[in-house]
Amino acid sequence: MKTSANLDHTFAALADPTRRAILARLAQGEATVNELAEPFEMSQPAISQHLKVLEDAGLIVRRIEGSKRPRRLSKAGLDAMDQWLAMLRKALEKNYERLDEVLAAMEKPRKGEKK
Amino acid sequence: MMSNKMTLKTEGDKYIVVTRHFAAPPESVYRAHIEPALIQKWMLGPEGWTMPVCINEAKPGGKIRYEWSNGKGGDFYLTGEFLELEPNRRIVHVERMHLPDPTPDNHVETIFEPDGTGTRMTMRMTLPDAQTRAAMLSTGMERGMEASYQRLERIL
Repeated sequence: MKTSANLDHTFAALADPTRRAILARLAQGEATVNELAEPFEMSQPAISQHLKVLEDAGLIVRRIEGSKRPRRLSKAGLDAMDQWLAMLRKALEKNYERLDEVLAAMEKPRKGEKK
Repeated sequence: MMSNKMTLKTEGDKYIVVTRHFAAPPESVYRAHIEPALIQKWMLGPEGWTMPVCINEAKPGGKIRYEWSNGKGGDFYLTGEFLELEPNRRIVHVERMHLPDPTPDNHVETIFEPDGTGTRMTMRMTLPDAQTRAAMLSTGMERGMEASYQRLERIL
């Protein structure tokens, strides 16, 4: 049940608004812990804790550069964004297929009048 | 026969633009976007969801409230306000999801244009910045995850 466990991790990692904001920031490019902590009015340890959760979920990766450990989105993190867009597309397509039926039902009486 | 194929594109890092053709005139498509009894029949997202509550005060400043349920405690809701309404042509509103914390406001413009005997709909979701957009994207992803879970349940 590896897949299910991964999903669990991802789901938990994304449940927190700060972590979603961190992912959003990283979607714009690599950033250091300081840069990530700045907009949140949070202590560095608190941010590091969030980063650890994201890392464990496989959504972000770190690089070593001297004393810095800049983070960026992992392939999975990037894919997750794409996955959501695909999800939105699917949900809307489903909606509009239903709307086609609703519209067809609305048009019936109108066509009936003409006959 | 005009294609009903939907397009969904990101425009820069601030917009998502969706277009779709419908085989009904703009008046009907517009109505289906503002009358609760009609909205409840189609604006349901992934399979398995219903909309038990639909409040839609279609006038400038009017309130929007949609509540969805999957019958398994996976409920969430959306609130919003209408900004502009041009009957049969254009709807501008803001909305936010409550999961239960509210997501940043999503500004949505929906345009209905005659297209042959039908309608071409263009919906542009405007979001203030890349961060908000990504936040909304990842919020929606949770629902996607949930749908995946349900599929998984069915398989198991």
